[in-house]
Amino acid sequence: MLHLILFLFFGAICVAGAINLLVQSHPINSALSLIAVMAALAAEYLLLGAEFVAAVQVIVYAGAIMVLFLITIMLLNAGAEERTKGSRVAILLGIPGVLIGGVLVAWTLLNRSNTQSVPIGALKGDPKDIARLLFHDFLLPFEVTSVLILIAIMGAVVLASRPKAIAGGLRKDG
Amino acid sequence: MFVLLTAVAYSVWLERKVSARIQNRWGPTRVGPFGLLQPLADGVKFIFKEDLTQPHVYKPLYIAAPIIAVVFAITSISVIPFGNWVNIGPWGTYLQITDLNIGLLVVLGITSMGVYGVALAGWSSNSKYALLGGLRASAQMISYEVSLGLSLVGVMITAGSLSLREIVDAQGGVFWGFIPRWNIFHGQTIAFFIYLISAYAETNRTPFDLPEAESELVAGYHTEYSAMKFAMFFMAEYANMVTVACLATLLFLGGWHGPIFGPPILQALMPVVWFCLKVFFFMFLYVWVRWTLPRFRYDQLMAFGWKFLLPLAIANIVVTALIVAWRA
Amino acid sequence: MVPLSYYLLLSGILFVCGVLGFLIKRNIITIFMSIELMLNGVNLSFVAFAAHWHALSGQVFVFFVMVVAAAEAAVGLAIIIAVYRTRETLNVDQVNLLKL
Repeated sequence: MLHLILFLFFGAICVAGAINLLVQSHPINSALSLIAVMAALAAEYLLLGAEFVAAVQVIVYAGAIMVLFLITIMLLNAGAEERTKGSRVAILLGIPGVLIGGVLVAWTLLNRSNTQSVPIGALKGDPKDIARLLFHDFLLPFEVTSVLILIAIMGAVVLASRPKAIAGGLRKDG
Repeated sequence: MFVLLTAVAYSVWLERKVSARIQNRWGPTRVGPFGLLQPLADGVKFIFKEDLTQPHVYKPLYIAAPIIAVVFAITSISVIPFGNWVNIGPWGTYLQITDLNIGLLVVLGITSMGVYGVALAGWSSNSKYALLGGLRASAQMISYEVSLGLSLVGVMITAGSLSLREIVDAQGGVFWGFIPRWNIFHGQTIAFFIYLISAYAETNRTPFDLPEAESELVAGYHTEYSAMKFAMFFMAEYANMVTVACLATLLFLGGWHGPIFGPPILQALMPVVWFCLKVFFFMFLYVWVRWTLPRFRYDQLMAFGWKFLLPLAIANIVVTALIVAWRA
Repeated sequence: MVPLSYYLLLSGILFVCGVLGFLIKRNIITIFMSIELMLNGVNLSFVAFAAHWHALSGQVFVFFVMVVAAAEAAVGLAIIIAVYRTRETLNVDQVNLLKL
């Protein structure tokens, strides 16, 4: 019972944050509601027993990636969006289409899937067990993702630096 | 939480006294003996000061930012163990609020979320000094978070656990007869220095306090704040310092381990006394470094964090892992 | 006791909101945030299934999704900054000519 109440509470925060992201016109309000969604999702992961994943979600997603988004919004001084012709068309066509698709998916999920219950803290995601899996069974994807991060770092540095810096070689941005 | 708030108030007193002595002056002496009631006077002053709210700020975030900063700073104390098991009459308890088995990650996560207080304060103030200060501060904080976390991985590898209590328990005993088996002597010296430097940068203090330097950016991200909200930022900064000092003692200096002697009632309290002494040492170190070293320039600061501390932390992890694997 | 389909429904709602945001928003940073929202929805369904089938690999895969999301966010924000420098706008409708 408590599990259901907690799930609904954090689920409501998630959905409210997601809808707020769509409704707000200033990107910083959307960013803040996305942070709320991520924090509520971390709580949902805790309900499912995935404690390590919840901690990493807060540290990486809500604590680093969203800070990057916030810094970019503040740096570029993004203002509120205006309603142009393109955006009106998109809203007119987009919302009904996606909602129909969403209702279809939801109906399939609720009808066909087995509604077996997931108890609270179902699968305890101990760091030791996750590490054992990560470094034994998933070693190759792990190494490949580290190469991916390296590529992303190099790409971000090159893309964000001023064009003179690449030719000059020494002066960096900011 | 009351312990933490009192510790925060008296760390302000400590800072003013020690900084004054370093600068060859007295510091607060009028209010109470040795100026011990000065924090109380400061608190009363902050409560009674006029709480100006400029018309050009963005109200919701302006009010929320110091609250966010303080909430996250105070929450991180909840997983810090003060001492071992004590038996008070018929009850026995760990001196800790909760013992999570991912305690160290929780502290890291809360530190990551503390960046938002600074960033949102800078943004909502709608003034160029505050915005620049906020941007610089948040960029600095997330840069040094990386080396902070990586320096702690070495400790995690030697202790084999993420729970703060187990990390401290792994530091009991002595080796070579008299050197205690603290992490700072037992292999993690480099990690200790990386942690200390990253923590100083993370809490925006001492050589890395460019975002709030008084002579540089007016007052950085809290330029537009006054009275109680400013006091909340102040409290958040000192609470962060106390948390960092507590973590440093737990992870590197053996927590509450120390010689225990005396009658049983004293024996139960000795671990807490040792813990407090070590935390006090770190707070003193904080103040000492602040008033002794000059300030880093911002690009020097970022270059230092990314180009020196990060490779050093990674090298520390590799060496530690190799040693632990070779021993096993 | 919460049925598995509730978790999947929540994950589906987050994903649908992400898709909606991607389609109807005109600010490029908000579009990026909708992508992150989609990835978060997928993460939730991974963890829910991991709990349902008692397979820890579901939680391990969440790491890979997070790593990819982080890398994509870093590069994407760098691209946004580069585009802003040349086009002076963050509205995707106005970035519609290959040459300025």
